[in-house]
Amino acid sequence: MPKSTLPAPETLLPLPPATFHILIALAEGDRHGYAIIREIAARTDNRMRLGAGTLYRSLERMLEEGLIVETRDRPAAELDDERRRYYRITRYGELVARAEARRLAELVRLARASGLAKVTA
Amino acid sequence: MWLYRALLYLYPASWRAEYGAEMRAVFAARRRAAAGLPAVLALWIGALADAIATAPAVQWDILRQDLRYAFRALRRSPGFAVMAVGIAALGIGTTTAAYTMVDHVLIRPLPFAEPERLVGLWEEHPVTGCRTCDISPANYRDWKRMSTSFAAMGAYRNLLVNLTGQGEPESVEGASVEASMFPLLGIEPVIGRSFRAEDDRESAPATVILSYGLWQRRFAGDPGIIGRAIALDSKPHTVIGVMPEDFHFPSRTARLWTPLQLDASDYEDRTNTFLYAMGRLKPGVPVPQAAAEMRAVGSRLARAFPKELAGTSVTVMRLEDSVSPRAVLMLKVLLGAAFCVLVIACANLANLLLARALERGRELAVRTALGAGRERLVRQMLTESLLVALAGGALGVFLAHAALPLAVRLVPTYLPIAEVPPIDPRVLGFAAVITCSTGVVFGLFPALRAGRQQGLSQLQGGRSTAHHRQERVRSLLVITEIAGSVVLLVAFGLLVRALWRVEAVNPGFRAEHVLTLRTSLPMPRYERPDTRQHFYNRVLAQAASLPGVTAAAYTSFLPIAMGGGIWPVEIAGHPEDIARRRTASLRFVTPGFFRALGIPLLAGRDVAASDVHEAPFVAVVSQAFVARYWKGENPLGRHFDFGNHDRTVIGVVGDVRVRGLERTSEPQVYLSWQQPDDVSTWYAPKDLAVRTTADPVSLVAALRRIIHEADPDQPISDVMPLEEIVEADTASRRVQLDVLGAFAAMAFLLAAVGIHGLLQFAVSARTAEIGIRVALGAQRGDIIGMTLGDGLRLTAAGVAVGALAAYGASRLLESALAGVKPNDPSTFAAACGVAVVMAVAGSLLPALRALRVDPTTAIRAE
Repeated sequence: MPKSTLPAPETLLPLPPATFHILIALAEGDRHGYAIIREIAARTDNRMRLGAGTLYRSLERMLEEGLIVETRDRPAAELDDERRRYYRITRYGELVARAEARRLAELVRLARASGLAKVTA
Repeated sequence: MWLYRALLYLYPASWRAEYGAEMRAVFAARRRAAAGLPAVLALWIGALADAIATAPAVQWDILRQDLRYAFRALRRSPGFAVMAVGIAALGIGTTTAAYTMVDHVLIRPLPFAEPERLVGLWEEHPVTGCRTCDISPANYRDWKRMSTSFAAMGAYRNLLVNLTGQGEPESVEGASVEASMFPLLGIEPVIGRSFRAEDDRESAPATVILSYGLWQRRFAGDPGIIGRAIALDSKPHTVIGVMPEDFHFPSRTARLWTPLQLDASDYEDRTNTFLYAMGRLKPGVPVPQAAAEMRAVGSRLARAFPKELAGTSVTVMRLEDSVSPRAVLMLKVLLGAAFCVLVIACANLANLLLARALERGRELAVRTALGAGRERLVRQMLTESLLVALAGGALGVFLAHAALPLAVRLVPTYLPIAEVPPIDPRVLGFAAVITCSTGVVFGLFPALRAGRQQGLSQLQGGRSTAHHRQERVRSLLVITEIAGSVVLLVAFGLLVRALWRVEAVNPGFRAEHVLTLRTSLPMPRYERPDTRQHFYNRVLAQAASLPGVTAAAYTSFLPIAMGGGIWPVEIAGHPEDIARRRTASLRFVTPGFFRALGIPLLAGRDVAASDVHEAPFVAVVSQAFVARYWKGENPLGRHFDFGNHDRTVIGVVGDVRVRGLERTSEPQVYLSWQQPDDVSTWYAPKDLAVRTTADPVSLVAALRRIIHEADPDQPISDVMPLEEIVEADTASRRVQLDVLGAFAAMAFLLAAVGIHGLLQFAVSARTAEIGIRVALGAQRGDIIGMTLGDGLRLTAAGVAVGALAAYGASRLLESALAGVKPNDPSTFAAACGVAVVMAVAGSLLPALRALRVDPTTAIRAE
């Protein structure tokens, strides 16, 4: 349930890693729970494998915070599974994700400046 | 798959309903993708870890949500919140206070090392019914020698000394203890040393150990006190130690300890009993085994010394078990009454919540319609009631803490424990358990009810049969409240009657208009009678000359204030009296004592100033003494052996309840103070009684001045009107009544509120019906009768149940009733009458409200 007035995106930072990963996974399109897990695993070379409990607890929080919504638009019927719920990133969710990405980039820049991280082209 | 399904039960039901299917689908997909045993195993371990990590978090999320919601809901209706928290606080507070007392006195082990191995030892004299009598030194010495069950044994005697020197002279209680005593208890001084065996020798230098309290109060906690001398009865004693703060021995009034120094003469007479003893059992020796051994030791001694000890035995008992049955009963009654209040408070709260659930019916229905499952609603309601209970619990513990000092009279003074029980983790744990169960008990029922009402009827605004079911349940709760308060009222009434009966007992003297005080004459300064004579003559003569004073006299001990002081009687022709322990209470008095106390002189004369040591030894005896030895004969001029001398009866006086209003006393013998027992100065008169025509308290300043002029070092203690001594005898009864009365009043109030709330609600629910009745021509009387009738029907049911329960409960009280019958009809009638009055009072407002119903509005609303 998105609230009527949403707080500034920066107030939610830093995001829990699971939340950030879910937002990234949803950035390319609506997905159901298991698809999100697989997407994250694929993007991280299987380093991050969310458990079902962690996933749905994160999703519930993100719904409350207005980062995502459950969507009624279903894919073509043959691809759909009636049990599954599909989630979609909101405009606000995108803003929060961008803010988190900027925050991380800034951290990396600082690390590089102090020689703690390698500079890549 | 069933295993994973089971795992999901770690999550709240509402969560399972929302995400269970999805989570199972995810797991099934992964299970299909997992190939080979290691992969499957890894999948399971991952799932388990995931559930263990997230399930509590989800539970916590919901709890937080519910708490937020409950806070908001309570803030929206502050009246309800205050009332509910207050009622919970009453119930929990009373129960916590009562439990604290019971725990303190009866449950908690004594504050000594390995208390389960500690026992008290006493002489047992079956002929007099005394199970816990003092011990003679010779018997104690033989017990120690002849027994094998004990790792150690220690003896002590009570001590009363005058502490002079720094500041006001002061009379201080304590004990003379054997050197083995403190090690036996397992307690060390906080500073300085304990007594050693050589301190017990008669020739040893005089030493003293102070209590922490006395050290702080009198010597400002100065650690330099060790090695300094303080004056006890004018004799210097070197302070060698200070005991810990929570050390109370043998009772909580003890302030200092000296070594127990016995001399050869103390061992001569086996009927000269003044010691108390404790033993530490050897590891593994059970109390009954030690008791059996000591009984055998006792009968061997009785055979060896038939003249003094025939028929006597030895009692071995854990100290906890020495709490009098009366004190135990009082505490149990307190606890029972507190639980009664708690039950009533719970019923009241349940009722409040039910009414609130009805009022909130629409809100709950909306939540249900929005998809909140039954479990969520129940959980939400329970959170709210637990929140109320927790707030009430916190307030209740605070109330209990504040109220405890009022109940200290219920802690027996003879136990080695603090006066005011501390509120410690155990008690807080108890309060927490009571609080949570209270919250669940009063919250669960309304919550389940609310959970069941998911029907649309609430949304439609109509009333359903569920409504009537609710009313029945609420009626039952009110009946419970009335029944509970009837039980408390009956118990209270019976104990009030018992108190009246005890107070109506004639003590044998007239207590009004008499001031009493104690001047414990320090020995050895006043050891010789002529030094005492100077003091008595001067004080009594000046006291008698005060305006309004009609008599003034000294006695060894005032009645009731001191019950002991018992000596064996020997009379020619009654040789068996020693073995039968036929004894009498001994008091040395100055002339005019009977006039001062208002004890009637029935025959002969009072002791006189001329009854000096050189004159024939005389005695004034009480009626019961005459009845025992010379029934129907003239006792004047008869002889008997008492107090180490042959005495001649010169007068007969009325009997006095020396041991208090509720106990039988030995017959009394009064002797001239100038003809003492020649053995101890313990009986030297020290209690002053002055009869006046005015308010006795007005004499205090003048008497203090007179005594100070006679001896500036003489402490004055226990200044009080004689009436107060008599009142103190019934003080524990009165405290118990105060407490029970307060409980009954609370129960009464809660029940009245319960009736009021129920009827108020019923009236507003039946507004339409009432409107129609009025429209059809019902009279005002009919409407009032209808509402009052409802209240009275509930009351009748509650009173009937309550009277039955009270009948059962009052039989348990019987031994505390001083002869009042437990089924005393007038008490039952009064309690039931009060309950009816309460019901009518509670129904009155709702009835008036019913009267004001305007038929047209009421019917239109429908």
